[in-house]
Amino acid sequence: MTDHARISAPRRSLGPNVAGWLLVSPLALVLSAFLVLPVIMIVVVSFWGTTEFSIYPAFQFDNYAFLFGSEVTYRVFLNTFKYAVITWALTLGIGFTVAYFLAFHVRTQTWQIALFLLCTIPFLTSNIIRMISWIPFLGREGIANSALLSWGMIDAPLDWLLFSDFSVILAFVHLYTLFMVVPIFNTMMRIDRSLIEAANDAGASGWQTLAFVIVPLTKPGIMIGTIFVVTLVMGDFITVRFMSGSQSANVGRLISNDIALLQYPSASATAVVLLVVVLVVIGTLLRFVDIRREL
Amino acid sequence: MTTISKIRYSRRSMLKTGGAALAATALPAPMIWGQESKNIVLRQFGTGVSNLNDVANKVKEDLGFTLEMTALDSDSVTQRAATQPGSFDIADIEYWICKKVWPTGNLQAMDVSRIARYDQIVGIFKDGKLRDDSVIAQGTAPHTVGFVPEPGATTFADEPTNWMTLIPTIYNADTLGIRPDLIGRPIRNWSELLNPEFAGKASILDISSIGIMDMAMVCESMGEIQYADKGNMTRDEIDRTIAIFTEAKRAGQFRAFWKSFDESVNLMASGEVVIQSMWSPAITAVKSRGIPCVYQPLEEGYRSWGGGIGLSSALSGMELDAAYEYINWYLDGWVGGYLMRQGYYSAVPATSKDHMSANEWGYWFEGKAATGPITSPGGDVLAQAGDVRDGGSFEARMGSVACWNAVMDENQYMVRKWNEFISA
Repeated sequence: MTDHARISAPRRSLGPNVAGWLLVSPLALVLSAFLVLPVIMIVVVSFWGTTEFSIYPAFQFDNYAFLFGSEVTYRVFLNTFKYAVITWALTLGIGFTVAYFLAFHVRTQTWQIALFLLCTIPFLTSNIIRMISWIPFLGREGIANSALLSWGMIDAPLDWLLFSDFSVILAFVHLYTLFMVVPIFNTMMRIDRSLIEAANDAGASGWQTLAFVIVPLTKPGIMIGTIFVVTLVMGDFITVRFMSGSQSANVGRLISNDIALLQYPSASATAVVLLVVVLVVIGTLLRFVDIRREL
Repeated sequence: MTTISKIRYSRRSMLKTGGAALAATALPAPMIWGQESKNIVLRQFGTGVSNLNDVANKVKEDLGFTLEMTALDSDSVTQRAATQPGSFDIADIEYWICKKVWPTGNLQAMDVSRIARYDQIVGIFKDGKLRDDSVIAQGTAPHTVGFVPEPGATTFADEPTNWMTLIPTIYNADTLGIRPDLIGRPIRNWSELLNPEFAGKASILDISSIGIMDMAMVCESMGEIQYADKGNMTRDEIDRTIAIFTEAKRAGQFRAFWKSFDESVNLMASGEVVIQSMWSPAITAVKSRGIPCVYQPLEEGYRSWGGGIGLSSALSGMELDAAYEYINWYLDGWVGGYLMRQGYYSAVPATSKDHMSANEWGYWFEGKAATGPITSPGGDVLAQAGDVRDGGSFEARMGSVACWNAVMDENQYMVRKWNEFISA
């Protein structure tokens, strides 16, 4: 019997292993075919050479040399970070407030769900349309300027409302705040209410409860929202192109310009650098909070 | 079956009246060929300007065969013509693209003796001269890449030969578009684009190969740079040109840059921009909304462009015959009339005249005051009785071309500098 048990023991532990492999393989296959392979391809192409019409396989550092040798690259990366940081701060402020209201001020679950769904309604229309609809609103002869003029608040139309960094960030905040609201709301709903009661009983003021109980417990949600917003903003090119009237550039636009001019190796090199930068940013963020603990 | 034979007969009668008898006699058995021609499919690709579904429908109606149209932007067109010769039968490309693509050997030279109306094609595309006293403009003038010495040659001929690279289809002279109501004074020079008076209200197109030419026209007009050839700048000239515009950009001269036709229309119509580089149909689109917009003729002249159709080197036999028939049909005037009513010019204006009213011909080609409302092919009213076309007659406009769209030897360098300008 003991002999038999000893022999069958490894066989029994192999069972769950096989099941595990089978469970994970569909996703692994899909990801490796549609994510890992293309990324490898991009890395490979980033070392290729280019002529007027074609690209040819090679292993050269020309693309990277040009990228790091150009002052424009650094300026554009700086601009990309600027957009990401400002958008992050604003979406966090708005997103946290909205989630807090939904989670702690709305009493009944029915209303919570109803109001939460209300937040998602804008997402029923296309991203691009929601963005472009700002253009006639903010334009020199747009609704915003004509309203301000008729109220006598300004004497001449405000040019900086459209085709400026202001309009770019406005569009980003408008488009991406929900990505902050959802994860923060989700973690807030999991906070044990007795902890807040305990804080009250212990004599904490509202602000102290917020700062020492709610915010620390909401950190994983904040971090997930941050990852969404930062990656979306850093990878964007179309919002920057339309809302700045092609006047400003971020890394995404640098890549899209290269693609339009058939400079695929150069576009790949830029994409690789962007990927590395975004991964470093996310890796750093994840060191602050263990999001898995709270999921 | 009866409808099919009807189409065939109308095709045959059209061949006779159309005067494309050359193509017909060159065919061994026209009757059999006519029956099979309805199965022929020619794949044409090119820029959106002349890749019109109306043309494909009319080809089906008049000639019986099917023309499949693919519209792409000029960068993709260049790439496809250069790298995928098997993917098309007919390439509708610009002359500067031809300069890049011809050496690849993907296009075949056309036998001029099979082009019935060759003699009527305007001089710009043959010896380069509109009139005998015309001065040939800078850049890639169409006649410089219009002929090859013999079939299979990869270099261009200096003079007209029996072998043509492209059959010209459509061309025009571009200039700056302005909003006269918001500017309120005459505009006469390209340099006005960078006039601080229009700070925050100017725009330029973000398509490097064309934008750089508009920049050059402006810099030359300002007296800042004298170019040996605007169509083929040196690195130093490119640097100086981009530097002038980068400085203007940082000083807030530009409201926005545009890349697509619609963007240029919206910028102008909304009043965000009062002066910008623009294309002829965009002016038309702004006007059809009832907003005043002028395609302003300027003292330095126009930046001109021309397109043509070329045949894939893979084309042979019946498909090649059909392609020649299509080319002859193209020059017969229906397409010409259609395009000229949008403000473009056709290679054989005389035949287009038959497909336009006297009023349309007078307005679009002769530069005369309209005697009645002028409408676009879509039916929008573009001009009222008494209006005159901006820039005047064909001779006045095409006679003052300063440079042609071109591709430079330093193209890749220019593209990089352009990217820096956009990111500056």
